Amino acid sequence: MAELAPRRTLVPIPVTDVEDPSYFHKVVDCQWACPAHTDVPQYIRLIGQGRYGDAYLLNRKSNVFPGILGRTCDRPCEPACRRGRVDGDAVAICRLKRVASDLREDVSWGLPRAAEVKNGKRVACVGAGPASLTVANDLMPLGYEVTIFERQQQPGGLMRTNIPAFRLPAKVLDEEIAVILDMGVDIRYGTEISSMRELLQMGYDAVFVGSGAPRGKELELPGRHDEVGETHIHIGIDWLESIAFGHVTKVGRRVLIIGVGNTAMDCCRSSRRLGGEDIRVMARRPRQYFKASPWELEDAEEEGVRIVVNHAPRRFIVEDGRLVGMEFDQVEWDEGAVHSKTVGTVRIDCDDVILAIGQENAFPWIERDLPLEFTSPQLAAVDELTMQATLPGVFFGGDAAFGAKNIIWAVEHGHQAAISIHNHCQGIPVAERPAQAMRLTSRKMGLTQWSYHNDYNPHGRQEMSRVDLKRRFERLNLEVELGFGAEETAREVQRCLNCDIQTDFQAPLCIECDACIDVCPVRCLTFVRPDWADEDELRARLNAPAENRSQAIFVSEALPQTGRVMVKDENLCVHCGLCAERCPTAAWDMARFELGIPYAGRPAEVG
Amino acid sequence: MTSIAKPQIPLLTLERNQLGLTIRDYSGSMSTLCAGCGHDSVTAAIQEALWGLAIPPHEVAKLSGIGCSSKTPQYFDSAAVGFNSVHGRMAAVASGAAAANRELVLVGVSGDGDSLSIGLGNLAHAIRRNVRMLYVIANNGVYGLTKGQFSASADIGSRSRKGEPNLLPPVDPMLLGLSLGATFLARGFSGDKAQLVPLLKAGLSHGGFALVDVISPCVQFNDHEGSTKSFRYVREHELQDIDADIIPVRGQIHSEQTPGAATEVELHDGSRVLFRAVPEGYDPRDRVRVGTYLVESARQGEIATGLLYLDETTPDMHQVSATTEERLWDLPFERLCPGSAELAKFQASLR
Repeated sequence: MAELAPRRTLVPIPVTDVEDPSYFHKVVDCQWACPAHTDVPQYIRLIGQGRYGDAYLLNRKSNVFPGILGRTCDRPCEPACRRGRVDGDAVAICRLKRVASDLREDVSWGLPRAAEVKNGKRVACVGAGPASLTVANDLMPLGYEVTIFERQQQPGGLMRTNIPAFRLPAKVLDEEIAVILDMGVDIRYGTEISSMRELLQMGYDAVFVGSGAPRGKELELPGRHDEVGETHIHIGIDWLESIAFGHVTKVGRRVLIIGVGNTAMDCCRSSRRLGGEDIRVMARRPRQYFKASPWELEDAEEEGVRIVVNHAPRRFIVEDGRLVGMEFDQVEWDEGAVHSKTVGTVRIDCDDVILAIGQENAFPWIERDLPLEFTSPQLAAVDELTMQATLPGVFFGGDAAFGAKNIIWAVEHGHQAAISIHNHCQGIPVAERPAQAMRLTSRKMGLTQWSYHNDYNPHGRQEMSRVDLKRRFERLNLEVELGFGAEETAREVQRCLNCDIQTDFQAPLCIECDACIDVCPVRCLTFVRPDWADEDELRARLNAPAENRSQAIFVSEALPQTGRVMVKDENLCVHCGLCAERCPTAAWDMARFELGIPYAGRPAEVG
Repeated sequence: MTSIAKPQIPLLTLERNQLGLTIRDYSGSMSTLCAGCGHDSVTAAIQEALWGLAIPPHEVAKLSGIGCSSKTPQYFDSAAVGFNSVHGRMAAVASGAAAANRELVLVGVSGDGDSLSIGLGNLAHAIRRNVRMLYVIANNGVYGLTKGQFSASADIGSRSRKGEPNLLPPVDPMLLGLSLGATFLARGFSGDKAQLVPLLKAGLSHGGFALVDVISPCVQFNDHEGSTKSFRYVREHELQDIDADIIPVRGQIHSEQTPGAATEVELHDGSRVLFRAVPEGYDPRDRVRVGTYLVESARQGEIATGLLYLDETTPDMHQVSATTEERLWDLPFERLCPGSAELAKFQASLR
């Protein structure tokens, strides 16, 4: 046994606590990255089984708008997807969500219903965007009376006004919003709240502010206000809103878009559909620093939009009271694009300029003498956990809370705010959050049979079919993406690595035969003497050094025969289950991890 | 068996050897042995040794007889040639292969049944001839393929799964080898690759017959309480006081040279074996001492492991027989078969 004697003083082994829901949750990279913690692997399996309605409802439970998000989500899950680390391309999670939505059968049986008996509590929501709608979605079934004040004549907020219809058809939007409003939400269209003080005096038990970040940033350069008559310099989000409501129907032939965020992409593609031919997106910095999602950039370029880098706007050129072009500094950047130097100046002629350089919050209607603190002129002080402002009973969510984010964050804010509102109305401290729950259930069916598809499918990420470029611009609201067909869906679902089917290890059963270590296709398992100095040394000592610090290391308790520990690097595990198939003592098992997420008035449940 | 083949996942982190190959280039098909079989670890260790020494995968010949262990050549180095012989005759086939092509790297994998029962005679003479090869005995003390009867290497008193004791004395391949003039004797344990891989590398670099006895527990029939070849028993009774490391001339050198090695032996190909620690008075080149040590440790109920005996001075089969330096298939037909006139001349010379 000489070889097995520790070489150094034993350190207390930091045994991994797999009873803590966050350990296995973190292994499910997509679910962890999703602000609303959508159970992605499970809905992908349901799609694989043709259970589209179930997949839709599972989505809806956490993200409320599967059809909308399946087209427009910012997809924080995809950069996080393990498949991206394995073969370079994440699973097309978002597209599969759309499949569930497109092909769902009648799911009315599984949609929330308003409580038959009201609980006497009244909640006011400002703005009918995703955050407020989520609050209503969570509170209506509990008996609350929810009133939404919306300044437009239609609900949806930014989802309707800022996302062009060629990306998100109105039908999809209307359907999913109707589910919520039809529970009996009192929605007041064309009603702009002009005073928080007055709203507070209206006697609501709680107020939720979900009014978005409605002010597009201005670009104050020489010439900005020199035009006479009709302006040809537009603020991106306002311009998109005007298109959405049919107030703007055409644009000049030559269009410059300033800014390279996702709004800029919507602006340039909308320009293409309103008659623009020579459309350029002007960026100050190199491409890798763009805010727009890579796929949105690709979509724009496919439609003939030119992306011009390293051009900093200098002035608007207005001649005879009419915009004729813009002048830019041509810049060069140092390593890391921190400092730039100007190397030249260039004039680009144009007919219209659209400013898409960001959004700001604006609360002109909230009186600053209320006991509702602001951290900056634009932002109220909002608790990140409870979404409550410093004035008890007032909650914020979506872009109104912390500045412009995205729809899926707005949904999650809505869920959390609903929990807080429920607490507030029931006299429970808002900071008292209901706990998450978890359950592990074995997927073992026989010696080498599992109730999940464990074989690795080497297919690449499936391409989305789109409307042909010749036909694409016929109608402003012609949806570009056609959705996955049966074949793409079948291939794409199999690319999912089932990260929620966890490798569940029981140290007392292990006889250290090495079988799992030998068979592991990614060499992520190692027996280690528990005498490492720190995590860095442990990571370096593994069979394949665990260099991705963002991924956890599993450390078992001491093994019965030698006192060594089993260490697993979660980084590249493809959840193939071969460790469990080759384990003679069933020390390894493949078990499905379910995360129970609590919602307002509904404690976390699993199964 | 597994339900799926091992996924071929493109991994950037896989290390490459001097030939630019990853360990995957030395892999074979999926094992059909029982889950947890020690033999799979032996396979993995052989794969790692071949990769670590940067032996071209196609220059290897895999040989085996019959038995669980003899199935394993299928599970490593698919690019190699192979011969699955009749029961117990692997050593004879290996001798023939060595005679025909002295450049092949011969890797024989056999079991305690194949080598110590039916094939004992073949093994003995391959040892005597000092055929240049790595001969691995995956030794589990039972006939696993026929449901776990005691084999010729089972210890007296070791109990079967049903509790029956073994009454016959074991054949210890190390003592057997010593008595037959073996030139390389090592014992390892499938549950300890840190020790086993260097032993296999040394065996592959050795200039003669390298016999490596690997205690490789049978999880199905011989891994219970009362067995002397279970994972737990071996771990509790293993003597690792012969600590040797190999510094190969080819392949990658991972360990830095160990200073103050007790004994250093240069192998056939220029690699060196460094004995870092040996028991007081132990000389791995002294047959008598090694024999005494093996008998002593066995009597104490201990299993001595490590590179137990090494002799680089005895000539191998080709040197003894003064065979041609060339591979037989490189020889022109006239030299390989000089014709009946030459035969008549030769016969006349003997009259």
